[in-house]
Amino acid sequence: MRTFRTHFSYEALLELRSSYTCSSVKTDSKFTQQELPACKPILTPKWVISVFVLIGVIFVPIGVASLRASQQVVEIVDRYDDACVPANVTDKLAYIQDKSIQKSCTRTLTVTKDMNQPIFVYYQLDNFYQNHRRYVKSRSDDQLRDKSKAAVTTNCDPEATLNGKPIVPCGLIAWSLFNDTYNLILNNDNLTVDKKDISWKSDREHKFGSDVFPQNFQQGPLIGGKTLDPNVSQLSEQEDLIVWMRTAALPTFRKLYGRIHVDLKVNDTITVHLENNYNTYSFGGKKKLVLSTTTWLGGKNDFLGLAYLTVGGLCFFLAFAFTLLYLIKPRKSGDNNYLSWNRPPVGR
Amino acid sequence: MAGDPTSSDRRRRRRGRRRDALRLSRLYSFACGGRPSFAGDDDRAASAGSRIGGPGFSRVQLAGEGQPPPDHLAASTSNSISTTKYNVFTFLPKSLFEQFRRVANVYFLLSAGIAYSPLAAYSSSSAIAPLVVVIVATMIKEAVEDYRRNQQDTEVNNRRTRVFKDGAFQDARWKDVRVGDIVRVDKDEFFPADLVLLASSYEDAICYVETMNLDGETNLKLKQSLEATSASLPDDDSFTGFGATIRCEDPNAHLYIFVGNIEIHGGQGDDHQHPLSPQQLLLRDSKLRNTEFVYGAVVFTGHDTKVMQNAMKVPSKRSNIERKMDWVIYLLLFSLFLISVVGSIFFGIATGDDIRDDGRMKRWYLRPDDTDIFFDPKNAAVAAVLHFFTAMMLYGYFIPISLYISIEIVKLLQALFINQDIHMYHEESDTPAHARTSNLNEELGQVDTILTDKTGTLTCNSMEFIKCSIAGTAYGRGVTEVERAMAKRKGSPLIADMDSGNQHFQPDEGKPAVKGFNFRDERVMDGNWVNQPNSQVIEMFFRLLAVCHTCIPEVDEESGKISYEAESPDEAAFVVAARELGFTFYQRTQTAVFLHEFDPMSGKQVDRSYKILNVLEFNSARKRMSVIVKNEEGKTFLFSKGADSVMFERLSGSQSAYKEVTQQHINEYADAGLRTLVLAYRELEENEYTNFDKKFTAAKNSISNDRDEKIDEVADLLERDLILLGATAVEDKLQKGVPECVDKLAQAGIKIWVLTGDKMETAINIGYACSLLRQGMKQIIITLDTADIITLEKGSDKAATIKASKDSVVRQINEGKKLVNATAGEAFALIIDGRSLTYALEDDTKDMFLDLAIGCGSVICCRSSPKQKALVTRLVKKGTGKVTLAIGDGANDVGMIQEADIGVGISGAEGMQAVMASDVSIAQFRFLERLLLVHGHWCYSRITSMICYFFYKNITFGVTMFLYEAYTSFSGQPFYNDWSMASYNVFFTSLPVIAMGVFDQDVSARFCLKFPMLYQEGPQNLLFRWRRILGWMFYGVCSGVIVFFLSASALQHQAFRRSGEVIDQSTLGATAYTCVVWAVNLQMLITVSYFTLVQHACIWAGVALWYVFLAVYGAITPSFSTTYYQVFAGALAGAPSYWVVTLLVSAAAVVPFFAFAVAKSWFFPDYHNQIQWLRHRERAHPDPEASADVEFGHALRQFSVRSTGVGVSARRDAAVLRRVNGGATTQVHHAADSPQQQQVS
Repeated sequence: MRTFRTHFSYEALLELRSSYTCSSVKTDSKFTQQELPACKPILTPKWVISVFVLIGVIFVPIGVASLRASQQVVEIVDRYDDACVPANVTDKLAYIQDKSIQKSCTRTLTVTKDMNQPIFVYYQLDNFYQNHRRYVKSRSDDQLRDKSKAAVTTNCDPEATLNGKPIVPCGLIAWSLFNDTYNLILNNDNLTVDKKDISWKSDREHKFGSDVFPQNFQQGPLIGGKTLDPNVSQLSEQEDLIVWMRTAALPTFRKLYGRIHVDLKVNDTITVHLENNYNTYSFGGKKKLVLSTTTWLGGKNDFLGLAYLTVGGLCFFLAFAFTLLYLIKPRKSGDNNYLSWNRPPVGR
Repeated sequence: MAGDPTSSDRRRRRRGRRRDALRLSRLYSFACGGRPSFAGDDDRAASAGSRIGGPGFSRVQLAGEGQPPPDHLAASTSNSISTTKYNVFTFLPKSLFEQFRRVANVYFLLSAGIAYSPLAAYSSSSAIAPLVVVIVATMIKEAVEDYRRNQQDTEVNNRRTRVFKDGAFQDARWKDVRVGDIVRVDKDEFFPADLVLLASSYEDAICYVETMNLDGETNLKLKQSLEATSASLPDDDSFTGFGATIRCEDPNAHLYIFVGNIEIHGGQGDDHQHPLSPQQLLLRDSKLRNTEFVYGAVVFTGHDTKVMQNAMKVPSKRSNIERKMDWVIYLLLFSLFLISVVGSIFFGIATGDDIRDDGRMKRWYLRPDDTDIFFDPKNAAVAAVLHFFTAMMLYGYFIPISLYISIEIVKLLQALFINQDIHMYHEESDTPAHARTSNLNEELGQVDTILTDKTGTLTCNSMEFIKCSIAGTAYGRGVTEVERAMAKRKGSPLIADMDSGNQHFQPDEGKPAVKGFNFRDERVMDGNWVNQPNSQVIEMFFRLLAVCHTCIPEVDEESGKISYEAESPDEAAFVVAARELGFTFYQRTQTAVFLHEFDPMSGKQVDRSYKILNVLEFNSARKRMSVIVKNEEGKTFLFSKGADSVMFERLSGSQSAYKEVTQQHINEYADAGLRTLVLAYRELEENEYTNFDKKFTAAKNSISNDRDEKIDEVADLLERDLILLGATAVEDKLQKGVPECVDKLAQAGIKIWVLTGDKMETAINIGYACSLLRQGMKQIIITLDTADIITLEKGSDKAATIKASKDSVVRQINEGKKLVNATAGEAFALIIDGRSLTYALEDDTKDMFLDLAIGCGSVICCRSSPKQKALVTRLVKKGTGKVTLAIGDGANDVGMIQEADIGVGISGAEGMQAVMASDVSIAQFRFLERLLLVHGHWCYSRITSMICYFFYKNITFGVTMFLYEAYTSFSGQPFYNDWSMASYNVFFTSLPVIAMGVFDQDVSARFCLKFPMLYQEGPQNLLFRWRRILGWMFYGVCSGVIVFFLSASALQHQAFRRSGEVIDQSTLGATAYTCVVWAVNLQMLITVSYFTLVQHACIWAGVALWYVFLAVYGAITPSFSTTYYQVFAGALAGAPSYWVVTLLVSAAAVVPFFAFAVAKSWFFPDYHNQIQWLRHRERAHPDPEASADVEFGHALRQFSVRSTGVGVSARRDAAVLRRVNGGATTQVHHAADSPQQQQVS
């Protein structure tokens, strides 16, 4: 047993010895003396007010521009999930799940403003948790990319295999592929919806293999959504799937359905023949068909512009308020009373 | 062998040398065996002698060539040492264990465990990577430190010594030395192991040892071997065939005890056992001095040696900030737990809902009918519980994983800056400041009370002969520090010229100052004393100084200069003084001292020798020291010097005419803070001496218990009827800059307690000298030197004495408290002596005592033992809960240095022990000012800002993730990509915060010193209050909310590019992440107050790194980058909305805090804000007097100097006040601040 009686550190002793043998070279540089040239900003009224004004001056125009961009967008939104179920149907869920019923439905849209091509066709789902962890994980990137890895179906349960053979593409995302279809008719002419290049190029080229073909897809006892386009074989051409598999961030989301390369005039009427197949009734989700143009900033959303205006306005207000405060009540920084602890010291 | 010519030559040479060997041991006649020892040691030693062979004293070993160590010792015989914490095999497990003693790390380990289970929220490798980085970095640091220790061990282990082998002493490494070996150690070498001294180059087998490395004492200690061994072992060759058996105690840590015996084999029938004592033990790591060589037999090696048995790690101290930080971490862990629970409940509800009562699926796309346990609606509760663990892992970003390692890096760098500070570098001794433990840096900024030693800390511990009184005439015109201080105190007109004059009095122009000598008087210098009326007395006085001492002269052979090796600095000062005055002591033999004397008859230097007959040693009871010498004429003298209290009663009544004048001089000297000694002599008759010698020898040879008393008695008989020569006054010099430093520290609101072993008068004098005391300060003196107690003590009733003493102390404390309470606003000083302290520190009185002491401006504890110093430190630390700093230089301060929150060692003259026990070492007391006010404040403000910022940035990040969870029905899907999350703490946000921790300066060094009050931010912990911590956390939550909602609302379901693509999980995540990185780094711009290029580079590098990461990570194969493949180049970079959103969100996240910071700095500024303002104004108006800001500047200057109870400025305040009351009305503050201004600018 060791007794520690005299307090003494051998380690320290060794250290001392070594530090005495090699004499320390004293360098008196600005760096070691912590005197590097530096800017020491201080929140002077002039500085503060100009910062606020500057932010305001930058933000308000951006806000205006953003708002204008958003206002320029023409957007036609049509909710059809309720309307496309016949009025006499009480159990919508049973109706939608009944494969024997033909669920065609016709909607009429009126163009409110001139719309220049390209016009984007979206479908919008509400309350659909594409971002649920179980859902997001339920895919096999390896399998989608590489023909030889068709058997890699980890995380894909319960849509991984069929009768012991792997499903390609496996997993819940692919299985629940959106299967409503839209046929747009403008003045009795079919409006061609261009479904090419609606997905990200990087996805098409690097995530979905051009030599990977669907196997056993949507052939199980429970069919989730759309079957793949039989006209194209390889996955990299299945753009609807690729778009769908890029999971949305939030429960309300749009997915690109296609583009229309025709300008629409105000008061044009578009008739939509749609097949209402997709089940959103079980979880109370809405379905919408959206036609929209874009600007440099994208689609219609006033929020960005308004937020810019708010922040810019707030900064102007702050600049004003601080100017006022500065004029009315100039700070007296020499006042001791600001020091909360400046009480008379005890016993001194 | 013996016939070998070379060996006999060598022998002859040795004998030749031995002939000049001296019998110096006689000088230390009293010292032998009388080394300091603890009471416990004595008891142990006394009882142990008979127990050799018993338990604890079982060691038996053989010594001599080829004597193998006994089997039971074989394992422990290696002399190699290892001070490393780890070896190759234990490194991994041991260092890992150390790492996981931290709560945060355990949490991260657990979440890494989760990462490898199906519970994982994101990929396991990215979850564990940050932990691995942090752990590996810490382990590398440990390994480097251990490697350095290993290098030092190797250096020590490979030192050379000589071991007797094959008939001769041969070179060997330290590590090869074995128990039982005979080694030879030469002058100025360290002993390689604990040795039993067998013989030395001196005929009486003594040797001198310096034990500085063990106990910090620089004076030489004497060791002497047994007659039995030294007689038979005259030289190298005599060890052939030598053998002995040593029986002794087992290895232990007691430095001053050694019990054993030695039996020499094959001697001339002399086979019996000789007892061994500490007197024969040479300890490893002490040094052989003033002795040509010694022979020793190794008894303890390696880790068995006493020094290694004593080795212990400096107790590791943790700073307050870190302890509080732990609480913050607990708080975060708790909130993490809480939100995980909340998340799990919602998740459970949502999951349970997925299958309705009628069996239909709600969210059919999740296939709740065919799922695993983690999402099973039928077992929603279980799923919720399991989800809890997922959530704990997912929200792990609330806990800043890299906080500990960042703090360690920052502190290490801060310590480097402290070590490098040129203003704390002492040029004369080439000693920089040295932060030995970096984990207390910020504590330096929080010191509330400083407990300081006096000797060697406030004072130089270099004694200077400054005055003397000879034959009733006072000589010496030097002005002492204390006299200067006292002159100031009296408010004499001297103040002005003292201030304008030099700090230190220069002895003579052109003449180099002599260490230990600051005497100036033309009447006696340069031989002029001959013309003084009492020249005979003066001659005798000087002679006594040159003869009556135990110093050893060392003549530098090159320059011929003589320096002295003395037991105490006082003694050295006397001999130096004698030398400077013409009585040069240049040689000491075993029986005589030799002087160059100035002969008044011839006016020339003559050599005289004095035969030393006896030395009557100094001890604390005798308080005097005498030598009996015979001069060349055959006359015998008794020269004596001692304390006035004992000397005056020994003077012969008739012959000491100037006794009273001398007494008066002594009083004056003591008043001036000087140490005085009375010198006297007496001529002895021949028969008187023979008579004494007989008795003295008899007393010395007696072996009864009261041997020492007998010796004292005999000496006492002789030391009577002395003739007074005069008195000496030696100044214990204040260290340079001490009064100013004390003043600054007082201005900073730091209390200073002096704990000294000196007597009350000296302590009070020093108190005056360094302005801790001043005129007009009420002194509360608690002492037991009162008449009634003394009377009681003379009686035999110990219990009554104790009770009376205790009562007296309690009464005095109560009276003091009443006085303090009654008169508010006045300054008090508490002075307490060691004996009263004993009672005051008892459990039932200590709180009362502390109360009183806190109420006093300055506290001086005199006559306190090392243990009392430690107890007082503990009392202050525990009692007030504030941070204490103990500063000292000697072995007696080690206790308090280790007890205090921060121990500071002065690397001065008194050895290294205090330094070794300390956390920071500095060369001079005055450096404390810069260490605390500048580095302490900086480190404190940096570390606190850094920790707050750490919490802020991680909470911001964590909150965005939590809010996103709410939109995924709490399913545990992370908002961001795995690897981007893992890099957050390591790459994008760590550099700026580390740069801030190392480089930021809220206030420059100059202003830190100019406005010492700034320091109070630390002791009052203004920068690490819960209010500030929670404020930053709240702000983190706000930022997170702003970032998430703004980016999620701006990028909803609409297209975010012209080409119509909509936002998805990866793009929204990457955008929000970009906003977080921007917001958090922009925040740094507001937080930092000192922008160097480094700081800028780190901030912008953090942001740039994120884009680089996005681009590079997105460019590599999608099987690795997964969701972030091409997310930047393909999707975001080309979308204006991404950039527009980034600008909006990062600005929106920072603007509120910016506005808050402005409002705070304008209307509720912290002290450092105000100083920043002042600096700014000063820069705007270089000439404040001429500008419109005069009033402002004046006001700030005014409050830069706080009215304090102690310190130079307080003294001036008081003096001015007195003057004001006397009539003229002066601006008090103006007078108070003007010197301050001079000093700093």
